[in-house]
Amino acid sequence: MSLDEIKIGGMGASRRRVEDNRFIRGRGNYVDDVVLPGMLHMEILRSPVAHARIRSIDVSKAWEIPGVRLVLTGDMMATRNLAWMPTLSYDTQAVLATDKVRFQGQEVAAVIADDPYIAKDACEAIVVDYETLPVIVNPDQAKASGAPLIRDDKENQPDNKVFDWEVGDRPATEKAFEEADVVSEIELHYPRSHPSPLEPCGSIADFDRSTGKLTVYMTTQAPHIIRAAVALVAELPEHMIRIISPDLGGGFGNKVPVYPGYVISILASILTERPVKWIEDKTGNLISTGFGRDVYLKGQMAVRKDGKILGVRMHTISDHGAFFADAQPSKFKIGLMHSAFACYDIPAAHLTAEGYYTNKAPGGVAYRCSFRVTEAMFFQERMIQAAADDLGMDQAEFRKVNLVRDDDFPHRTPFGFLTDSGQYGKCLDVALEAIGYEQFLKDQEEARKNGRYIGIGISTMTEPLGAGNSREYDILGIKMFDSAELRVHMTGKAILRTGAKTQGQGHETTWAQIVAHELGIPADDVVVEEGDTDTAPFGMGTYASRSTPVAGAAVAMVSRKIRAKSRKIAAHLLEVSEEDIEWELGRFYVRSSPDRGVTIQECAMAAYSNMPDGMEPGLENTAYYDPPNLTWPFAAYVTTVEVDPETGVWDVLRMVAVDDCGVRINPMIVEGQIMGGLTEAYAMASMQFITFDAEGNCVGSNYMDYLLPTAWETPGFELHEVVTPCPHHPIGAKGIGECATVGGPAAFVNAVMNAVGHLGVRNIDMPLLPDRVHAAIATRSDISGAPPVRTDAP
Amino acid sequence: MTSLYEEITETSVDIPVRRVTITVNGEKRSANVEPRLLLAHLLRQGFNLTGTHTGCDTTNCGACTVLVDGRPAKSCTMLAVQADGHDVMTVEGLATASELHPIQEGFKEEHGLQCGYCTPGMMLAAKALLDENPDPSEDDIRWALSGNLCRCTGYQNIVKSVLWAAEKMRNSAG
Repeated sequence: MSLDEIKIGGMGASRRRVEDNRFIRGRGNYVDDVVLPGMLHMEILRSPVAHARIRSIDVSKAWEIPGVRLVLTGDMMATRNLAWMPTLSYDTQAVLATDKVRFQGQEVAAVIADDPYIAKDACEAIVVDYETLPVIVNPDQAKASGAPLIRDDKENQPDNKVFDWEVGDRPATEKAFEEADVVSEIELHYPRSHPSPLEPCGSIADFDRSTGKLTVYMTTQAPHIIRAAVALVAELPEHMIRIISPDLGGGFGNKVPVYPGYVISILASILTERPVKWIEDKTGNLISTGFGRDVYLKGQMAVRKDGKILGVRMHTISDHGAFFADAQPSKFKIGLMHSAFACYDIPAAHLTAEGYYTNKAPGGVAYRCSFRVTEAMFFQERMIQAAADDLGMDQAEFRKVNLVRDDDFPHRTPFGFLTDSGQYGKCLDVALEAIGYEQFLKDQEEARKNGRYIGIGISTMTEPLGAGNSREYDILGIKMFDSAELRVHMTGKAILRTGAKTQGQGHETTWAQIVAHELGIPADDVVVEEGDTDTAPFGMGTYASRSTPVAGAAVAMVSRKIRAKSRKIAAHLLEVSEEDIEWELGRFYVRSSPDRGVTIQECAMAAYSNMPDGMEPGLENTAYYDPPNLTWPFAAYVTTVEVDPETGVWDVLRMVAVDDCGVRINPMIVEGQIMGGLTEAYAMASMQFITFDAEGNCVGSNYMDYLLPTAWETPGFELHEVVTPCPHHPIGAKGIGECATVGGPAAFVNAVMNAVGHLGVRNIDMPLLPDRVHAAIATRSDISGAPPVRTDAP
Repeated sequence: MTSLYEEITETSVDIPVRRVTITVNGEKRSANVEPRLLLAHLLRQGFNLTGTHTGCDTTNCGACTVLVDGRPAKSCTMLAVQADGHDVMTVEGLATASELHPIQEGFKEEHGLQCGYCTPGMMLAAKALLDENPDPSEDDIRWALSGNLCRCTGYQNIVKSVLWAAEKMRNSAG
């Protein structure tokens, strides 16, 4: 009799999370919880100004403070060739400044002391003489003629341009625009935002001279990439480097890049021969580490009278800060921005992109998204609404006319990706039905008569999740595959390790469910470990929603290898040939005599105690998985809002989310990911942004200035599902962790625009703060760019 | 800290310290602390109760929330000396040796956490609410937790977790 898969915690079970058992008891093990014998503490002195030449650094007073063990400056790093380091995007970044500081918050010096309070005191005793330079805070200033050169450290860098890039078919797109009945245009700014996991970044470096081994506990989403980077930067042998990423207090892309603090703590440990702990404070995190977004998006759409979209032009200008330090696949300078319009059947498209250096912290990390698809999908859905409005066509109808049809897969997207599956129209229908679209339109008409502004916004999107395949995707030349290693012990219990790294996604729970699905070993009998490069197989880590598409697939594949070997053992135990063996969940049996069978656990025992002659003992294997394509989940988000014209305050009336992420391994966790993503989407639409004043001061350097929504502001969400299995993924799953953050913001913004559009307001750039919405209503005009900074006289 | 010896380092010579005695999770504990030491750091480094997390350093995120005399307090902006003579409960004090607190069960049952960093503070803020109001509405819960930020889960499942716990606590009290 076959096992009940749900009962053993297999696929489809809303299994309660294994990791919760320690988290709810306060027994998680985050980097700051790790204490090593003899550990010293490091603090970083940061630049208070955004652009300045360093005339001198006087550290003598810092050395005089009792308990100070080491003071490091850029000059001292330079003697070890560590003042600069390579970034994950073929640029360089200062570890400790030697010549200039290029953004406020840049690392200038570091103190290592007996406790963190002393280290902070000593940082304050360091005197730095800055000669301030003109500051650049946006791409317009960066490209102006005569603009000061930010990266004068680089050869062949005559200006502030990082890159120029294009993709698509320009002639075909030009032709489409010639044939258009209506050309619609829109210009947007996606404001700078910080992923801001609650746990800031940190590391504990522990160099043991007696063994030559360097162990580093680190807040990293990609420990193996870090190991490779440390081997290359610090010129230490790779087998003598062990990176341990313990529990992470959130990541959202913020913990992918290599940060100066990690490198400094490593050198400090080598010099002091003591473990050195560096834990960033929140301001350090908010002003210096991996920003997202900050892109100016502009484009046109060519549309025929009947609603058919003929072509799209896009132009993006992105602000990368002082160093191009985020991780992007080498081939794609502006990430996967060209995934825009992938869910629509559009014959021609062309995208040009420019990136600029500014005197801001390094930006451009994929904040809870797959390499900048958030900006792409936001532009897509704002452009779609603008075109529908210009055409005078219902926004839902306009989408239905242009969405890729179910029988049109595989489908080549306007920029050349290949999508493979989906029921786009159905998802939208489910969402419209759930929200009561037709009725709402009637209610809206009535409400307007009474002076009430209610609106409905739609966002339909697909995004490319799960890089690689390795043909197209690499970071610094390292191909983007992933891995899993499964060891089944003789009693049928198992340990699974992967090259991914959970940060709250629940891998310890869901990976075991895949093993249960493939082998019939109860999920409770499988322990999952990640994040230690000495024990986990090589992998590219967790970001870009790649865990389930890539590492999750590897878990299925390694389980199948174990099953294949077990089948041979079963044939041996049952004394029949392998061809006569059938499999049902957890058990092999003889085809002609189904009562005769052996369980997977009996096979495991035999692998150590009674294997066939000539068979290699044991039951372990490893799988490296290189996906044939990205996975393409789809979502339809529909929101209704009411805007108070007197105050500009808008309330979410309802938010319906229909997600199709293929087969759901653990529905509870999938829904949790969607609700978390919707919360961040609401955050960006409503309040979450960071801006800079004209001097390059970061406005938003703490949670008093950087607004994040609480339980009080955040609306409720209604979730629905559609399931279209991924045709190439071994268990039919697609990525999901980021869909809602990616597709959600446009639904909220479109809803507010729908509520006030009849007044002649076409666009309000995010965040839709009440004063901005109010100003748009009062002046009946658009509000563009980041909110201005208060410029009180000093 | 109790040990057979205390090493006298260069730094420890002239720094004035003050003795504090705090009842932590029902156990009376004493320590010599610098007056500037934050309560969160005494709990974490001094008493090895690392379930109290520090997130923002400015009383905004609530990851460091503990209960002081039963009321929620952000321990990252409270000095250890201010807790002298008071009763402090941390996340480690919620469960007994054999039994989880219903709030802990609720967070697990309703998937009220993902990375777990905000969870101890959330649960303690929830405990303070339920101790005062055993039958809160969804709005009551959202208001009571509005000093605690979460970045992974959002708040819907956290609210459900607290409702779950409230119901269980009412049933077992009844």
